[in-house]
Amino acid sequence: MTPPPPENFAVELRGITKRFPGTLANDAVDLTVRHGEIHALMGENGAGKSTLMSVLYGMERADAGSIRIDGREVRFTSPSDAMAAGLGMVHQSFKLFDSLTVAENVVYAAEPRRFGLVDRAAARRRVRELADEHGLAVDPEARVGDLPVGLRQRVEILKLLHRGARTLILDEPTAVLTPAEADSLFGVLKSLTARGRTVVLVTHKLREVLEGSDRVTVLRDGRVAARLVTSDTTADEIAAAMTGRAVELDRVHAPGTPGEAVLRVTGFSTDSVHDVDLSVHAGEIVGVAGVAGNGQSKLVEALAGLRPVAAGRVTLLGADITHASATERRLKGLAYVPEDRHAVGTAPAASVADNLAMGHHRTTLSTRGLLPPAAVRAHARRLVERFGIKAATTEVPASALSGGNLQKLLIGRELAHEAPLLLVEQPTRGVDIGAIQNIHDQLIAYRDAGHAVLLVSAELSEIRGLADRVLVLYEGRVAASYAKEEADERTLGLAMAGAPAEATHEHEPPDTSPRT
Amino acid sequence: MFLDSDLLMSALRALTPILLAALGGALCERAGVFNIGLEGMMLMGCFTSVATSWFTGSPWLGVLAAALAAAAYSLVLAVGAVTLRGDAVVLGIAMNLLAVGLTSFLLRTVFGVQGTFDDPSLAGLPLIGGFTPLAYLSWAAVAVAALLLSRHVWGLRLRGVGEAPDAAATLGVSPAKYQYGAILLSGVLCGLAGAQLALGNVTLFTENMTAGRGWIAVVAVMLGRAAPLGVLLAALLFGLAEAAGFRLQGLGLPQQATDAAPYVVTLGALFLTTARRRRRPRTTGAVQ
Repeated sequence: MTPPPPENFAVELRGITKRFPGTLANDAVDLTVRHGEIHALMGENGAGKSTLMSVLYGMERADAGSIRIDGREVRFTSPSDAMAAGLGMVHQSFKLFDSLTVAENVVYAAEPRRFGLVDRAAARRRVRELADEHGLAVDPEARVGDLPVGLRQRVEILKLLHRGARTLILDEPTAVLTPAEADSLFGVLKSLTARGRTVVLVTHKLREVLEGSDRVTVLRDGRVAARLVTSDTTADEIAAAMTGRAVELDRVHAPGTPGEAVLRVTGFSTDSVHDVDLSVHAGEIVGVAGVAGNGQSKLVEALAGLRPVAAGRVTLLGADITHASATERRLKGLAYVPEDRHAVGTAPAASVADNLAMGHHRTTLSTRGLLPPAAVRAHARRLVERFGIKAATTEVPASALSGGNLQKLLIGRELAHEAPLLLVEQPTRGVDIGAIQNIHDQLIAYRDAGHAVLLVSAELSEIRGLADRVLVLYEGRVAASYAKEEADERTLGLAMAGAPAEATHEHEPPDTSPRT
Repeated sequence: MFLDSDLLMSALRALTPILLAALGGALCERAGVFNIGLEGMMLMGCFTSVATSWFTGSPWLGVLAAALAAAAYSLVLAVGAVTLRGDAVVLGIAMNLLAVGLTSFLLRTVFGVQGTFDDPSLAGLPLIGGFTPLAYLSWAAVAVAALLLSRHVWGLRLRGVGEAPDAAATLGVSPAKYQYGAILLSGVLCGLAGAQLALGNVTLFTENMTAGRGWIAVVAVMLGRAAPLGVLLAALLFGLAEAAGFRLQGLGLPQQATDAAPYVVTLGALFLTTARRRRRPRTTGAVQ
């Protein structure tokens, strides 16, 4: 890359180096963001994006390097300093007060006052002005806790604008949004940059970067791996820069060959889930798409036996398991990869070996009610090798594994049951591109071995790539169902947003279709 | 007639210490600090007010000293829970136990008596229209606290700190500062509550004389959802219960049974509110 011409940048980081015990998180990183552009900062987990942004925002102090804002050298010791210099960050987990109103959240700590009291009328006016100017319509009097995620994000942005932020840093802003909300967010960001503000977008989603950004800086292993102009690059080029090798993106796997129904669910209701009918056949992956909070987690939890069933009937291989306990379900042939791998899927303080033994303790590993340590270790070594889990030893605590490796551990453990039915939620959330491919290949191989898989994912590309059939849940009901070839992103996105479904048909294969 | 103006007056007198302490507790609750040390702070206020009034002859200095002493005592909670990030519940219980022992010990060393210190020349608070000035102050405090919390900049920031300290911190508001402020204010209010009890409701000091009023104030905070008006209504309920207890005693019921009235009401109130909260449907996720 040629050095950029001398000019005033909105943000100019030079030679930022940050060491943590044992790791070099940022190694002489340069990042230059022009005024009025949308600049994407990309990289896999652990590439150093978060550290770099923490340094920029005054949350961490760099060991070396300089920061210039609008050409002026600055030294931040707290986020307040960064805010005073015109930066503002929307954190991935929102920093809002749920019980306060939108207006109160926006003006908090920068309140318009009258006689020491908060001037609430002025606060509401201010919110309306900012909202009108930037197309961020939201009711100033609404309680933030009552708002959907997309609107909460608007409140975060309004908060920064109220404080006069000229450069907005957004950390993984679309992780929690529907495709429609994400589109609307990018509309807002474009209107902000058109009015002279600058946006730094920290993300790992290639599609958004390609559609929404002007330039891209890619980090890998703490160093800048590439600086790209978005209009001159491709998803493959960015992905290769992120991983250091060529990756095949968004592969759509060949469909499976469904056999007999393994799971049958009829008239199923539980908390926030209403009257769901579905079936999953042997040799088939059924994808469940939906925006977070539309019942898919609760549905799967209820199917796994973690949540009481209000109505309906569930059969597994013909046996009624509607009211069976989680243990009974597992013994009858169900395995489950929960969404929250830290709190539900694994025990972070327990060793890798113990985590891999969980669930297997009541079947293959148990000898007269005891768990022979040698068997546990051997089992762990087998799975570590088979699923390529990177761990120093099988005795280190699971919390020492990276997100991707922990997920491989969890999926490996559940696949090893060879259960006829696998329930899997968000198999690749927060997992690097390289590990994603591995996990997808494992799931496809599992299906091809004749197992049934119910897959819940917020990533449409994942659903499209893996699922043989797709159901869309909206407000706890099956809003639409599509065959693999019909399930393009636009159709799914509309259905997820609750748009009236276009003609949907019953795509379920017959119960006894011959294996081909 | 059972419900008459006498009963109401007696209820309002019983109300004052509970109300003052509960307002302090409500401020802490809003700042995200669960303060169950109200009882101990109040008891410190009782002793300090009596001792100061006795030695200076001025009940007003007694009130002032009680507020200062209880505020100083509240620093145990502030330093322990906010600065050192200890468990506020453990600290609060320790403060309550320590206050009983400490005031009994001081009673013996300072006054040379055990159980109760009582002297006709001990100056109590004057009554204006049947109430001490502290009673009027407590009613005004409800209005001030309500305005402070709902409209004042300090109150808005305090509520934010209590709800999401991280979010407040990212906006440059120091949660620790606001939590210290709330705890110290609760100390002052508990000190006033103690002075009211020892120089207003009666004029004496007796070991453990708060007799659970601080705990009742904790319940009033929960029952009133930490809102000043809610706390007032809850505290009034307990004041009525206490007054009704005295009245029932006059009707020949044994004292042990009538003394239990406020505690029975507390238990009932706790049961009803928690039952109601359990039944309330959990909010679902984002509704698009």
